[in-house]
Formats: sequence, C-alpha cells, structure tokens
Amino acid sequence: MTDAPSELEPAEPRPMSRRRVVVLALVLTACVAAATAYVIHARNVRLTVERTAPSLATRDDLEAVSAVPHLVFRNTALGDGYGHAAVVALTDVDGPRALTGSACERVYQRSDRTICLSAERKLVTTYRAQLLDRQWRPVRDLPLVGLPSRARLSADGTFVATTTFVSGDSYAQPGQFSTRTVVTPTAGGGGVDLEQFRLIVDGRQVSAADRNVWGVTFADGDTFYATAASSGTTWLVRGSMAARTLTALREDVECPSLSPDGTRIAFKKHGTLPPGKWRLAVLDLATMRETLLGEQRSVDDQAEWLDNGNVLYGMPRTGAVATSDVWVTPADGSGTPRVLVHDAWSPSVVR
Amino acid sequence: MYVSVRDRPGTDTTPAGRRGRVASTVVLLGVVSLLTDVSSEMVNAVLPIYLTKVLGLGILAYGVVDGIYQGVSALVRVVGGYLADRYDHPKWVAAAGYSVSALSRIALLPAHGFASVSAVITADRLGKGLRTAPRDTMIAAASPPDALGRNFGVHRALDTVGATIGPLAAFGLLLFVADGYDAIFVVSFAVAVAGVAVLVLLVPGRRARRRQGPRTVTARGVLRQLASPAVRRPVAAAGLLGLVTIGDGFLYLALQDRDNLAARYFPLLYVGTNIAYLALAVPLGRLADRIGRARVFVGGQLALVAVYLVASGPLSGLGTTVVALALLGTYYAATDGVLPALVSRVAPETGRASAIAAAQTAVVLARFVASLGFGWLWMTIGLQHALWLACGLLLVALPAAGWLLGLHRRGTPARVAP
Repeated sequence: MTDAPSELEPAEPRPMSRRRVVVLALVLTACVAAATAYVIHARNVRLTVERTAPSLATRDDLEAVSAVPHLVFRNTALGDGYGHAAVVALTDVDGPRALTGSACERVYQRSDRTICLSAERKLVTTYRAQLLDRQWRPVRDLPLVGLPSRARLSADGTFVATTTFVSGDSYAQPGQFSTRTVVTPTAGGGGVDLEQFRLIVDGRQVSAADRNVWGVTFADGDTFYATAASSGTTWLVRGSMAARTLTALREDVECPSLSPDGTRIAFKKHGTLPPGKWRLAVLDLATMRETLLGEQRSVDDQAEWLDNGNVLYGMPRTGAVATSDVWVTPADGSGTPRVLVHDAWSPSVVR
Repeated sequence: MYVSVRDRPGTDTTPAGRRGRVASTVVLLGVVSLLTDVSSEMVNAVLPIYLTKVLGLGILAYGVVDGIYQGVSALVRVVGGYLADRYDHPKWVAAAGYSVSALSRIALLPAHGFASVSAVITADRLGKGLRTAPRDTMIAAASPPDALGRNFGVHRALDTVGATIGPLAAFGLLLFVADGYDAIFVVSFAVAVAGVAVLVLLVPGRRARRRQGPRTVTARGVLRQLASPAVRRPVAAAGLLGLVTIGDGFLYLALQDRDNLAARYFPLLYVGTNIAYLALAVPLGRLADRIGRARVFVGGQLALVAVYLVASGPLSGLGTTVVALALLGTYYAATDGVLPALVSRVAPETGRASAIAAAQTAVVLARFVASLGFGWLWMTIGLQHALWLACGLLLVALPAAGWLLGLHRRGTPARVAP
C-alpha cells in the first residue's frame, strides 16, 4: 500500500518568526490606515460637493406651482433635498424647483394623488410605498416588496401600479430575479398581483410559472398596458382589470408608456442589443409600426410623455455618482435629445 | 492492493490528548477566510443595487450570466487541486487564488460597463475556485485524524462569521458615506489584502511530502487515484446528492413567494442561515469525528428534506421562515466542512487536494445542473410540486449515497478491501 494516507506529522507548525509578525503588523496597519483615509476622504468629498454645490435654485410656493401645469420628479441635486420629490412649472422646467418633504426613489402624480416609493436606509434597507394627497400628506401605506422600479397612477387616480425587483441570491439560478407588479385601488382595499391575471398569447393561455409582469401604463378606468415575460420572451400586453386578463399584442416591448392622446406607446426595445441594453422607441397602436427615437444611448426607464410630440426619460449622468438628468426627445424619431431638467429622475407630467 | 478507508477515527489509535487544541494553522486559515469573506460579502451585498442604480445595468441580464461563471469556477477548482498536489505547495496555490480575488475588488473601481464588471466578477470567482481545495488540504494536513471534522467545523464557523459581518459592514459604510460604493470597494480590497498577508506571513507552508523524498506527481497518477474506489465512491455520493439539491436562491424565492415578510427582510434571510451554520459547524464536526463523517454527511441531507417540506408546506409567517433557515444552516453545518474532512481522510496524501477538489467540483456542477432542472420544473409544474418532487428524489438518492459511502457495512463501516 504505497499511497495510503500517512499518519499525521506533529501538528505544530514552525514557530512564527518575529520578523514575519512585524511585517504582518506593518501590512495590517497600512491596510487600516489606507482604508480609513479613503473612507474619510470619500465622505469629505461628498460633504464638500454638498457644501460647494451651486446652491440649488429653489422656490417656496409649492402650492402655487402645483396649481399650474407642472412636472413632478425626484430631485437628485446633491445637498439637503437630495432624493426628495420636487415640482417645477412646465413653463420654466429647468428653473427653480419647489422641494417637498417626501423622499422618493420613484414618484408619480395624477389627479389629486401621488405615489411615492421610498427607501429606508438602515442597516438593512427596506422599502415602502405611500399614497399622498395634494398637500403631500400620507393617505395610506401600500405593501411593497423588493427594490422600487416603476410607479404609475391611472389618469383619474383610481388605480396605482407599482413594480419592484424581488431578487434571489447570486448563485447559479436562472430566473432568480423576478419582478412583482401590483395594482391597487387608491380608495382602499387590497392590491392584486398581475402575475395572477391570465396571460393570453396568440389566443392561448400561458401558464408557465416564470411569468413576470412589469411597467404598467393605464389607459382608462379598466384598460392598461404592461410588459409580460416568460421563458425569455417579452410581450406588450393589454390588460383588463375586470376580466383579469393580459392579452399579448406584440413581442419585445418593455416598460410601455401611453401617449396623452392614447394612440402611441413609448417603450424600451431590447432587440439584438447586448444584455441590459435598450433603445427608446415609439409604437403606433393603430398600425403597429415602431419608430426608434433619436436617443442612441441605452435607456433603462419607463418613459413619460411631455406632450403628444415629446418623450421624457431619466438618464444617469456619466462620470457622476447617484446623479441623473431628465432628457427629452421628439416622439417621431427626429431631432436630438437634450436635457430638460438637470439633477432629476422619475418625471411625471401633470396638466 | 489494499486501500484503507479510515472514516471512523475511533478505530484509529491516536493519543487521546491530540485533538484537544485546534492547530494554529487551522485557526489562521479560518482568520484568512474570515477576512476574505468580509471582503467578498461586502461587495456581493451591494452588487445588485450598484449595478442597477449606479451603473444602470439590467439586473436580469446579470443574473443569467452569473450562472455561467459559476460553472467556470468549478473547473478551475480541479486545476487548483492538481497544482497543489503536483508541486506540493498548496499554500502558494491558495495564496494566488486569494490574491486574484483581492485584486478584483480594486478593479471594480474603474469598471463601469457590463463587460468589464462581468470580467471582474469572473476573476473573483476564478480566484475562489483556485484557492478552495489547496486551503482545505492545508486544514486536513494540520489536523489529527480524530479531529478533522471538528477542525473543518472551526474553519467554516470563522468563515461564516466573515460572511455575516460583510453585508453589515457594507450597509454601515453606506450610512456613513452616502452612495459610497467606491469606499466599499476600497475597504473590501484592504480587508482582502489583510487576509492574503495573514496567509502568506503566518500560515506555515507545510510541504506534506518533502520528507518522503522527491516523488513526481503526474496527472495520470492523480487520475488513477481519483478513480480508485476509496475516492471515487464519496465523490460520486456527493455528486449524486448535489443533483437532487435545489439552490438556496430558489428556497429563498420560495419563502418570499408566499410571505411578504420574508421578501421585505430578504437580506436577513442569509443572516438567519449563517447563524444556524455558525452555531452548529463545530458541534456537528465533533459529532462527525465521533460517529463517522459519512453518517453526519448523509444525516445532514435529512435536514434538507425538512427544509423542502417546510418551504412547500401550508404554514407561512415568521416562525416557518425561521425554522426553514435554521434547518438550512444545519444542512450546511453537517455537509460543507464534513465533505472535505471525509474525502481528505480517504484520499492518498499525494492526491489529497485533487480529491477534495474533485468532490467539491462534483457538488458544484451537480448543483448547477440541479438548478437548471429545478428552474424548468418550477416553470412547468409550479413551485409546490417541484419542491415535492425534489424532496422525493432526495429521499431516493439518500440510500444510494449511503451505500456508496459504505454505511451499509456494520461494525467498521468504511473499510474497503478489494
């Protein structure tokens, strides 16, 4: 038996040499010092940026600006009101903003209701969804599970839709990241998970358990559009609250957004792009013809219509951390995109 | 040829006092793993948010690609094991693996695109694959046979402490430096460097075979050893059980699926599992030393059966979730450290790292296949039925695994004499 496990040699290692212990102490000290210095530096940089940031032009007449056609958004200018919902008049969108007291990752306003998805950053970050009234006072809390992704209200404010990422761990599980989209009547009562609606593709029901639904946009009291996915395919679906159905209209449409006149849908098109990349496009619902918009960069947002001719979307600012701008581009594919509101995210046009 | 498989240390004649103290090498390797896990879990905890919110990458895309890297990492494991055996320098192979992972942390700073972030994450997984088997070989070499299970338990417990501290440290840092992902990467790098320094400077680079004179280890020789029944059978048993094991991710999703509470406090689910693992790693390792590692390894699967039953059962709420997490931690405590303890005891010394790597690779690859299969089952027959099926398959596989591990032999259960 040549290869049998040998009996153990004495378990004691050579005594550690003093020199090695000294070197280790030096390395550890260097690590602690470097890490501490960097953390303090990073904190100071942020504090300085906040202090020296061109003081954000704000206005105090929140009520007045909310009374005229306005834009509600998440303020991402570093400083005191970072992350708070803000309001500007549509006549002066990049002008002074009225800050609200509500911190929202995602915000949307319709009629006299506002939906605010917020994060409570403690040791474990948890998220919540609140319905607010005209004065930004909480009306009710909605259950919210996972990372906030999208929020929409129907035009008359009867229904609210939220989409969140419910994540698995990062082990090798296909389908580990799933979305949860819930539609809730704002007046009260429980929400319904859209995955429980019947998904109908080409007249046949898809009952696969990996169905996912996200990105709701409301049409009228009962009808809405959204994205449904199963086995790697995404569809634009037309949903009915009463019939509890989702009917597929066509493939490869994510995060639809219905135009004010109800004729077109702005959406994210994946096409043949690399994973995690999308182009912004508009689909004509009557002809089912799609038009790619002038924005060449990848867009990961649910678009919002400024009016029947222009589409808004948020875009993280290159080279900056945690700051983004709201851009505008013509809905017919012409022209070049430009920044509409600096330091902003999650726009909502209220007329 | 006679291959002795001394799985029951009770049959060995070792001085009673031997296993009293945990060898300093084991504790030091535990500290290295602790620091490395603090480092890697700091990053892992914030990675989904960082990728989606800061870099604007699609989270769905990340999840799919990550699966492929896991497969690559499994194959690198075999290479790490073989290199450690071939050159009889497990410490330096392990140090290379730890260093690659450490460097990947700092490489996250300039990485801003999907491709570069993917490359960095791959490098981290490759480093992990490279170091695992050589490190476990060093633990085995520094442990008396009657304390192998206990010593692996000590190592895994320290490792788990790191995995628990990591996310807390990351979220604590984010409170101190708003959106300070760069600060997280730098601190994570510093902690990883400290881990590498402890390994390189303090852990003795024991060369198991040096005193036996030069004897070349060839790939063919290692393969022959791996093919011997003594090694082949436990590797096959571990692989077989891996095939019917569904991933944690699915279990966590299953718990979240019917319970908003579990979903809201999702990050805490890992902590729950870790606490159970941490508490039980040493006691179950000791138990394995006393009654046989194969028995504890197979018994641990029963905890997994219980997890499936709880996750598919009618009960929901906090209590159910806690019970499921505790059982999952028990399963890990009874298997994760016990498997290398078992394999290192039956493998010949010249091929020990390769044998440990083979067993761990079998587990990882089998689980990967199981994940694909379970994902498909979940889609087609629904979560509850899929869980029941997994439960049934595991119960069928258990006796087969027990037979492969020689549990059917009474008396001296793990003696194989052709």
